[in-house]
Amino acid sequence: MAIIRHPKDFFAGLIFIAFGIAAIVIGSNYALGSAARMGPGYFPRILGILLILLGAALAIRALRLKGGPLPRWKWRPTLIVIGSVVLFGLIVTHAGLVLSTIVLIVLSSAASPEFRPKEAFISAVLLAALAVGVFVIGLKLQLQIWPWTSGILPWSS
Amino acid sequence: MDLLNHLALGFGVAMTPVNLVYALVGVIVGTLIGVLPGIGPVATIAMLLPTTYALQPVSALIMLAGIYYGAQYGGSTTSILLNMPGETSSAVTCLDGHQMALRGQAGAALAIAALGSFFAGCISTIFVATVAVPLSELALKFGPAEYCSLMILGLIGAVVLAHGSLLKAIAMVVLGLLLGIVGTDVNSGTARFAFGVPELIDGLGIVSVAMGLFGFAEIIINLETDEKRELVTSKVSTLWLTKEQFQQAWPAVLRGTGLGSILGLLPGGGAMLASFGSYALEKKVAKDPSRFGKGAIQGVAGPESANNAGAQTSFIPLLTLGIPENAVMALMVGAMTIHNIQPGPQVMTSNPALFWGLVTSMWIGNLMLVVLNLPLIGMWIKLLQVPYRVLYPAILLFWCCSSSSNASRRHCCSVSSSGR
Repeated sequence: MAIIRHPKDFFAGLIFIAFGIAAIVIGSNYALGSAARMGPGYFPRILGILLILLGAALAIRALRLKGGPLPRWKWRPTLIVIGSVVLFGLIVTHAGLVLSTIVLIVLSSAASPEFRPKEAFISAVLLAALAVGVFVIGLKLQLQIWPWTSGILPWSS
Repeated sequence: MDLLNHLALGFGVAMTPVNLVYALVGVIVGTLIGVLPGIGPVATIAMLLPTTYALQPVSALIMLAGIYYGAQYGGSTTSILLNMPGETSSAVTCLDGHQMALRGQAGAALAIAALGSFFAGCISTIFVATVAVPLSELALKFGPAEYCSLMILGLIGAVVLAHGSLLKAIAMVVLGLLLGIVGTDVNSGTARFAFGVPELIDGLGIVSVAMGLFGFAEIIINLETDEKRELVTSKVSTLWLTKEQFQQAWPAVLRGTGLGSILGLLPGGGAMLASFGSYALEKKVAKDPSRFGKGAIQGVAGPESANNAGAQTSFIPLLTLGIPENAVMALMVGAMTIHNIQPGPQVMTSNPALFWGLVTSMWIGNLMLVVLNLPLIGMWIKLLQVPYRVLYPAILLFWCCSSSSNASRRHCCSVSSSGR
């Protein structure tokens, strides 16, 4: 890896290239049209190409430029935080706000190095009550409170 | 005396009890999130956007604006007492503010931050009121070509003013444009990058993008770095300035206000740019630059005035041209479109009560902040002692609930317009 002298820029470049390629590949089904009459696929493709070029420039420049090493990626907080939020989104329609809140809070608290299960659970219960009070009663969001209170589907508008 | 009439109209709107209450709520929430690290005005406004459906448009905007400039006040408190910026715009206040606190001058630092902000708030409110009318008259003559150039100016501004790598900034602008494409193509009706998900056909909401980029990233970074907080335990004794300090500080306040007002107008600018610019300026004009970083009062007075001035004048491009120049303003566009108000020069003529009400409410909000904040500082400090491990799951929960409400209302506003 001695060739890559600025790892941060290098990997940022690779990420941009990946986005560019994805834009072109996914966008390849959309009609291209011409410069005078642009189809839906025209602009995405230009942007994709631009992103690839910019990403490549960034990555190539990283071979010459000097920069600090890539900070060690701590996967734990990233995965737990994002995972618990996704889980919340998946279960909130079925399990209701109270249970999903408790799951979200306890699970996401585990991302912290100072995780204390008891404390997390207490704050989860308090927050669940607060969430019901603020969002369901106060702001009248159409969220189910308990799994068995049937009725409104939040996303069926 | 058009200006006086306009201001009178504005005060008439802003002084109604309902709007006063919402201004109060806005500035208190703003100060709160300014004090708390890990949650900034972008995330908060994004979070509260759905709650404004039920409000009058004026009240909604007054509250959201209050959050933005309230956060500038709150951010300085943590910078001074904890050496930890609550907001990016008060990051430079750490340099000298915390040094002052370590020398037992915490009270003076807090006082000048509040007074400087208030002064800047007053001046920039007048500035907004005087500049807005001619500018929007000019803007009414704008055609598509002029708007297109302004957009490009905004995008270039985002690149030039971004700190850090220029190349990365350009790449992020392109990526932002790409994200803006998600959804139905206005010309052909083709759903682009929707992956068959009905929610995506309407496009990515700026709220979701902002929460993902600013919110989650911030929490994860905070979790990765170890928590360290050094609270200045010595009691904040007197919240006032000595005569000497006052004399040193007021030219800095004036310069900060002037610089902040101008930098706030630039696309990509706003409070953060203003405070950094002002610190650099103060260091340059100082007789003895070596004092900076060791508790120079100018290093607090200048940036704190500048960030407040910048926060307020950054409303000018939004209200007169309809162009948001930073992420907060892009969310304000969202708030206006929710209420079927098209931001732009026509707002002032079609909806004068809204426009002038918002402008004057900024002054009222600033007054509230200065009156509220000095006595409430003790309370904010207490709040800071809540450990982060308890705080961040709660923040996550609020995002989840509020973004699910966004999804059900399915409003969307342009992501690319914010430019980064």
